Amino acid sequence: MADGEFCVLLGPSGCGKTTLLRIIAGLESATTGSVQIDEQRVDPLPPRERDVAFVFQNYALYPHMTVAENLGFSLRLRGAPKKEINERIVEVARLLELDNQLNRKPQQLSGGQRQRVALGRAIVRRPKLFLFDEPLSNLDATLRSNMRVELARLHERLRSTMVYVTHDQAEAMTLGEKVVVLDRGRIQQIGTPAEIYHGPKNLFIAGFVGQPQMNFIQGRVAEGRLLVAKSGMNFDLSWIRTEHRLGGSPIDITIGIRPEDLRPCSRTEAWFSGIADFVEDLGSDCFVHVIADGEKLIARAPGRTPIRRGDEVFLCGDPERVHVFEGDKRVE
Amino acid sequence: MKKLALAGAVFLIGAFTLLPFLWFLLTSWKSAGEITAIPPVMLPSFRWDNYRAAIVEYGLLHYIVNSAVVATATTVLSIFVASLAAFALARFRLHWARYYLMLLLALSMFPQIAIAGPVWRLLSFLGWLNSYHGIVAAYIALSLPFAVWVLTTFFRELPYDIEEAALIDGCTRWQALRLIVLPLAAPGVFTAAILVFIQAWNEFFFALIILTYPALQTLPVGIALFPGEYTMPWGEIAAASTLATLPLVALTLLFQRRIVQGLSAGAVKG
Repeated sequence: MADGEFCVLLGPSGCGKTTLLRIIAGLESATTGSVQIDEQRVDPLPPRERDVAFVFQNYALYPHMTVAENLGFSLRLRGAPKKEINERIVEVARLLELDNQLNRKPQQLSGGQRQRVALGRAIVRRPKLFLFDEPLSNLDATLRSNMRVELARLHERLRSTMVYVTHDQAEAMTLGEKVVVLDRGRIQQIGTPAEIYHGPKNLFIAGFVGQPQMNFIQGRVAEGRLLVAKSGMNFDLSWIRTEHRLGGSPIDITIGIRPEDLRPCSRTEAWFSGIADFVEDLGSDCFVHVIADGEKLIARAPGRTPIRRGDEVFLCGDPERVHVFEGDKRVE
Repeated sequence: MKKLALAGAVFLIGAFTLLPFLWFLLTSWKSAGEITAIPPVMLPSFRWDNYRAAIVEYGLLHYIVNSAVVATATTVLSIFVASLAAFALARFRLHWARYYLMLLLALSMFPQIAIAGPVWRLLSFLGWLNSYHGIVAAYIALSLPFAVWVLTTFFRELPYDIEEAALIDGCTRWQALRLIVLPLAAPGVFTAAILVFIQAWNEFFFALIILTYPALQTLPVGIALFPGEYTMPWGEIAAASTLATLPLVALTLLFQRRIVQGLSAGAVKG
């Protein structure tokens, strides 16, 4: 990854993203492969010699030290002069609005303040590399979105290299310049948030990124026409640009359409028809859950939609926004 | 009602445990006549003669000094060694740690009499009989399994994150132990230390066989040897026992707060 980049490791729990981060930090050793920082192999180095800072999910503050001592601990260990330590503590405390908390102990702080101390402890060191292990997951929703913005601003300001682990795709999308999607210990895709969102390379990524989840429809292509397996509803595949690449012989495919790319429409335009099963009203939008011949589809309708449970609904979308997968892989 | 029953139970247990102490405390204030009187005299005449006799005639103070030296040395050394062992057992990924801990537990259940002979032979071979270091070595051997066990349990309960944070912040393993783990484990360390100290302070059997010179004997042995050929100085024994118990009571009260204190609260979320 590039210098100064904000890289997010995204994946479901247990996919190995935290382990990867810990390997970079030197808290865990890799069975194969090597870690390089600034083109220097750091595998044999203990964590303290790697010049990385780590922000833990549960903060891991030193409970017997005050905020100021927590912030200055790493500098003290390095034998920095007292004056410099104090200056840096004050500087970081001001940046994170902790000026008034410096003499408190961690247990006297709120969750958000503790989080900021953990962050400050990393910043004060000016390390080569910041490592974040789901630092926002213990905060409540409002605080989390505020901190997300703070973090983005911080990165803007410091321009330091950061690796950020999360299972929250909203964090990945808003923070990441580069997103690495992991599953079962393997890298599934690397790209910008937009690349990953709009061009998921396989079914796992397509299903994992995006909320609500992408609609998947099993189908079969024969003679240039897509037959949706369960509904028996035939419809023309000609609008799928990938048609010609799918060739002539019949093959099984999966098409994916994001809920926001599927909308209620008139009978004549319809790709699918079905019965509304549930309407999720978010205010600005409504997500309509539709059962179409046994397949469950989610479509986005404008807020205050007149659609009610049990109504017959016709759905269509933008052909450009349909994802086609053959087996597990995306077909371009 | 429930509260009353609980209070009653607490009172009964307290009375049951404290009664012997109360009895020898009262005895220590009695005159020789009061001690042997039948029916027993409940309230003593509050004389301090027994204390004076225990200290002046029986040389109680040097037993106290011996006990203090032996128990302190045992505690410091034992806790130091046990901390290192417990840290390794709790933190390093040693696949045999579990079996090792089980072995320690088994060792701590060995009856003392079973190892008395070998210990005596060993100390005799080293020429360490009748010496502070001899008895301290024996006591460390006695207390280590227990101390390691207690401290390991305690270290394991400390969140590992904090230590990892220290390692990343620039600590060596040693610094992490000294600057982070030990301060956080202080309640556990004090608990273990006090228990080791009490054990060393009260130990009788090894002290009896290892220390045969009166100049080196510790309190329990010293007091046990008060009786002469023709006398049974109950009053002096009671006075000496009271004085021997006081340091332990003081120590426990002094460190009670540290022991109870949950220092690691607030380290992680919660």
